[in-house]
Amino acid sequence: MRLNSISILNYKNIAQADLEFPAKINCFVGNNGMGKTNLLDAIYYLSFCKSHSNSVDSQNIKHDADFLMLQGKYSLRENEEEIYCGIKRRQKKQFKRNKKEYPRLADHIGLLPLVLISPKDDGLIAEGSDERRKFMDGVISQYNSQYLNALMQYNHALKQRNALLKNEMMTDATLFEIWEEQMVMYGNYIYGERKQFVERFIPLFQQNYSFISEDKELVGLEYKSQLHDASLAEKLVKNRERDRIIGFSMNGIHKDDLEMTLGEHPMKRVGSQGQNKTYLISLKLAQFSFLKQTHGVKPILLLDDIFDKLDEKRVTKIVELVAGDEFGQIFISDKSSKHWEEILPRINQSSRIFKVVDGEIV
Amino acid sequence: MSQLYSSTLLENAVNEFAKLPGIGRKTALRLVLHLLKQSEEDVELFGNTFIRLRKEIIYCKVCHNISDTEVCHICSNPGRDAQTICVVENIKDVMAIENTQQYKGLYHVLGGIISPMDGVGPNDLEIESLVKRVQDEEIKEVILALSTTMEGDTTNFYIFRKLSPTGIKITTIARGIAIGDELEYADEVTLGRSIVNRVDFTNSFK
Ligand SMILES: [Zn+2]
Repeated sequence: MRLNSISILNYKNIAQADLEFPAKINCFVGNNGMGKTNLLDAIYYLSFCKSHSNSVDSQNIKHDADFLMLQGKYSLRENEEEIYCGIKRRQKKQFKRNKKEYPRLADHIGLLPLVLISPKDDGLIAEGSDERRKFMDGVISQYNSQYLNALMQYNHALKQRNALLKNEMMTDATLFEIWEEQMVMYGNYIYGERKQFVERFIPLFQQNYSFISEDKELVGLEYKSQLHDASLAEKLVKNRERDRIIGFSMNGIHKDDLEMTLGEHPMKRVGSQGQNKTYLISLKLAQFSFLKQTHGVKPILLLDDIFDKLDEKRVTKIVELVAGDEFGQIFISDKSSKHWEEILPRINQSSRIFKVVDGEIV
Repeated sequence: MSQLYSSTLLENAVNEFAKLPGIGRKTALRLVLHLLKQSEEDVELFGNTFIRLRKEIIYCKVCHNISDTEVCHICSNPGRDAQTICVVENIKDVMAIENTQQYKGLYHVLGGIISPMDGVGPNDLEIESLVKRVQDEEIKEVILALSTTMEGDTTNFYIFRKLSPTGIKITTIARGIAIGDELEYADEVTLGRSIVNRVDFTNSFK
C-alpha cells in the first residue's frame, strides 16, 4: 500500500501543501514547532478520521481559517483510492472515498492500515496497566470485529456490578449472579483473544528487539491475567463480600496487564532511555507485522521524532530493518537531516527529504 | 431574567411549560401566549384535565397498566386469553403490542428494567406481583418482551429465575428486531410476527 500524493489546506499550521511521495522513505526535517509532526498527523488523519494529537477538530483547522481539507491518493492492492476529508467550523466532518461520502466514519477506519510510532508511546512503559490493555485492545480490534463489542459489553456489566456493590438496598444474590454471568461470558472471550494475540505477538516482538539491539539484552513480554490460574466465575462469587467493602470489583480482565522486563527486572525500573525506546519501537513494529498479516497489505509506517534518544548504531539498525522488504512506505519526522543524508543513499531505495519551515515545505 | 417578562404570572407559566421534555423557552412562550388568547373555559378545561389526570389516574391492580378502573379494560375483557401474560417494561410497550392486533393475552407492566447504575433494582419493579400472579392464577405461559439491551436481558434472566420453580412455560418474543432496539420503535409488522413466533426462553440464548 502506498500514499502517492497528499493535498493539504489549513491543517494546523500548514496553510497549503501539495506533495508527491516516493514509494519507500519520506523524511520531513525541521525544527520543533515547524510542522513536520503535523504532516505525519495529516497522514494519520486520513487513516483514522481523527488527529493523533488533538481530538478537537475545530482546533485542527488553521487558526485564521474556516475550514480544512485533506486529500490523499493511494495505491491499495490493485486499485487507486482517493480519500477526501473536509471540515468546516461548526459542521460535521466529511469523509469521501472516490468522491462518495461515507455514511459513517467507522466504515472508513481499517481501509488504510497505518502504524504510528511517536514519543507518546512512552506511556506504554511508564504509565499504568490501562495503557497496555489499550494497546492490546487496539491491535486485536483491528482484525477481530467482535472484540470491541465484547469489551464494551464486559465494561458495561462491570459497571453494573460495581453499582450493585455500592447499593445497600440490592443484596439479592440472584442479581449478582446474573451480572457476573455476563462479566464471565464476555471476560472469558476477551481473555482467550488476548492470550492468543500475545502468544502470536511475542516472537515478532523478540525478533525486532534482538535485531535492533544486536542481541545485547534479554527482554521479556508476558501477558498477566488473574484468569490464568482461576475461573473468573468462582473468584467473583468468592470475593463478593470483600468487593462490597471496597466498593469495586477486584477480579476480571480489567485487571490484566502486559509485563515488560529487561533481564529479570521491570523495564520501567531498570531500562535506560535507549533501551525503553528500543523496546517500544520493537513493540510497534511487531504491531506492524501483525496488521500486515491480517490486512494482507503492508501498512503505512509513521516514525515521529523517535531517533532522539537512540545511539547512531541503533538508528542505523532500525532504518536497515524498516528499509527492508518486510516494510512498505515510511514517513519519518526528524530534527536534523544529517544522518538521513548519509543513510538514505546507502540503502538504495526510492526516498526523498522534505524540509519543513514554518508550516511550509521547501 | 424577570425583566424579560412584563408579568410574573406570564413568567411562571412559561417556566412550567419549559419543564416539559423537548420544550424550550421560546416554544413555551408561544404556547402560553396561545393559551391566553383562548376563552377562560377552554383554559380551565385544559388545566383541569391535567389535574384530574394526575389525581385520579389508576394503575390496574392486576397488570399495572394505566386505567380508568381498578381493573383495566384488557384484564377485564372476557374475550382475552387470561392464561397468557406478556411482560413489558412500560405502558408504551403495551400500546405498541396492542397496535399489532396479534396478541390476545394479558399484560404485566414492570415499570422499568433492572439497572443498578440507575438505582433500579427488582424491588422497584412489579416483579413480585408477577410471581404472585403466576402462582395464584391459572397461567400457562409468560412471554418476556423486554428490550434486548443488557439490562433487558438481565431483567429477563431475573424473572426467569424467579418463575422457573413454578414450572410454567416461559417464552421470549422472537426478534426480527436489531439488538438494542426498543419495542416502541419496532414496526407493527415485525413486532406482531415476533409475538406470534415466540421461542422458549431457555433456547433463546443458545
Ligand atoms: Zn390490567
